[in-house]
Amino acid sequence: MSFWMSGWRLVIAFIGTVIIVPIAGLILTWVDRFVSARVQWRKGPPFYQPFADILKLLLKQTVVPGGAARTVFLFAPLVAMASMSVVALMLFFSHFGLVINQRTSFLGDIIVLLYLFALVPIAFIVGASASRNPVAAVGASREMTLYIGYELPFVLAILVPIVKVVQKWDVASALRIGGLIAYQQQYGPFLYSISGIIAGIIILFVIQAKLGYVPFDIPEAEQEIMSGVLVEYSGAPLAGFKITRAMMFVLLPIFMITLLWGGIGDWWAILKFLAIVVLVVLMKNTNPRLRVDQALTFFWFILGPLGIIAVVLAFIGL
Amino acid sequence: MSDETKSRRIVPIGPYHPLQEEPEFFKLIVEGEKVVDLEIHIGYNHRGHEFISPELTYDQVPFLVERICGICSNSHPLAAVLAIEDCAGIKSPPRANFIRSIIHELERIHSHLLWVGLAGHFIGYNTVWMWAWRYREHILEVFEMITGNRNHYTVNKPGGVRWDIKPEYIPQIHAALDLVEKKTMMLTKAVLDDPVIRARLEGVGILTREQAIAWSVLGPTARGSGVDIDVRRDDPHAAYDQVPWNVIVLPEGDVFAKAKVRLLEIFESVRIIRGCLDNLPDGPIDVRIDEIPPGEGVGRTEAPRGEVFHYIRSDGSNRPIRHKIRAPSYMNIASNVVAVRGGSIADAALTLAAVDPCYCCTERMAAFEDGKMKYSGQELLRLSWEKTEKLREGLGKSHYQEGRLE
Repeated sequence: MSFWMSGWRLVIAFIGTVIIVPIAGLILTWVDRFVSARVQWRKGPPFYQPFADILKLLLKQTVVPGGAARTVFLFAPLVAMASMSVVALMLFFSHFGLVINQRTSFLGDIIVLLYLFALVPIAFIVGASASRNPVAAVGASREMTLYIGYELPFVLAILVPIVKVVQKWDVASALRIGGLIAYQQQYGPFLYSISGIIAGIIILFVIQAKLGYVPFDIPEAEQEIMSGVLVEYSGAPLAGFKITRAMMFVLLPIFMITLLWGGIGDWWAILKFLAIVVLVVLMKNTNPRLRVDQALTFFWFILGPLGIIAVVLAFIGL
Repeated sequence: MSDETKSRRIVPIGPYHPLQEEPEFFKLIVEGEKVVDLEIHIGYNHRGHEFISPELTYDQVPFLVERICGICSNSHPLAAVLAIEDCAGIKSPPRANFIRSIIHELERIHSHLLWVGLAGHFIGYNTVWMWAWRYREHILEVFEMITGNRNHYTVNKPGGVRWDIKPEYIPQIHAALDLVEKKTMMLTKAVLDDPVIRARLEGVGILTREQAIAWSVLGPTARGSGVDIDVRRDDPHAAYDQVPWNVIVLPEGDVFAKAKVRLLEIFESVRIIRGCLDNLPDGPIDVRIDEIPPGEGVGRTEAPRGEVFHYIRSDGSNRPIRHKIRAPSYMNIASNVVAVRGGSIADAALTLAAVDPCYCCTERMAAFEDGKMKYSGQELLRLSWEKTEKLREGLGKSHYQEGRLE
């Protein structure tokens, strides 16, 4: 296969991912809204509502507040969307081997994924800080606190499968998604062990926080700081952030399945995916919002030690 | 600006509240997340009820004051007719008293359920919000059955009540009460046992007993701070002294205590209504008032938010010459200044809502300049008439002549 051939396939695959993932994410957003509505004795929106919302936002005027750092303000949603697109590409390709097959997914891509996921809260923080709004500043500081909070248990949870692979194989296969999937195909998913279950629980909470859903919707708390980080955004940039969130709603469960639950190579993955989405929506609808210091305490002093225990258990081989 | 105050910012809540959808303005002065001070601005929605009232006859006054508030739309008319009856020196018949109590307690249930829902919404728990409001719906149906309206039930009139509770309604009211009691029990358990809710509400926005007395707070806000006041017991009216019930008082003074007081009061209200329905006396539901002699009268009643106070002065004609109204939120909202200080923004939003503020009850206006009152009521009235005239003249000249309004 020539370089150009693989190059063209990459471009086509990238465009495909960039279109399919947001659409899937918006449909998922509708599922979330519909299920929430039914739980709350409401009727719920029609399935095209998220698309109509995005279309409406795209047609609306974009207002940049006076005194805002214009370029940074407008680029923040683009950065967030771009990072999620690359995440989508990496996650799907490491499974289906369109360009990079399982054996050749590059070394350290799991670390790259970690940073790409981190770019979204950073984009939120930067965008909110650039808007020069006191409420957005409060939202940005909350987003930062929350991010510092959940990143520690997140990294510890990701260490669990890596430790397991290192013990059986080597570091080179442990630090790539392809290696993790290959290991799970051979020895069974990580989730079916004690350390795997703990890691799964941690990642479930982190998904909730990264998606900005109750009980961790602290940076956007509409009742307290009027959607905080997003308060000055309007029109297309706001749509950008909404699409980012929708993409994360697809990608974070897929990331969890890839990491701990055997990958998305088979049809069972759809059921696993739906199970995670149901858990997320349930948690969202049966909890009030935490205060930011309570969330930090929860992530550091409850999930943090749990994560360390999980890593230790993984070392022992449990 | 000193170094201390340099890091201070203002986080505005209002002038149009994003949640309560009522006009008020809280200026939270914050350092980071911590609220160091609070400024309260109200007065965006002056409606002049106290002025309109003397223009109406005594029969019309309850209709007017009913529209002060959409939620406690029985408290104000009840207090007003009590004031008129006090002035006229007559007593309403026993059956009317019992019906007044029933309607008043039904209103308390629906108001408290509304607050529980809103409080859930304030901490992001939208499921509690929707569920509480759904069960409130049953109470509104009872209102619709008895009076024909879900809100603004026009039950009270000077000398009695307008609507009788027919015997065929009683089983249906009992059924609705059973359902609401069962569901509220479930809701109460869900709210009071949830560790996350406790983490959010306990120890937040504390108003001590001394502060509560110093700021003259009323109703559940006071009872949640350990102040044992309730007009229903302290100044018996309607049928409150003829059925058994308890006043709920909790000493903690935080938002959790206020929520608990309201939830437990729902059960007491159910108890009162059941007692009233079981002992409902026969007889007329109103007495005829021929004349209201010159003098003055006072009516007090315990609204869901606290004591409502009405004062009426008569000169012997068919209209009051002065009608003074004090709504409970007017006292309660001011206490936020001490309750909010020192907490975080997240707690502030919750504490501000915990007094169950009712802004449309609270609005009043006075124009001050250099510490002196600038306009009297009469002058304001004259100004508003002049403005109307100006508007009409202006309309005639500009809009119609230039053909802008075709």
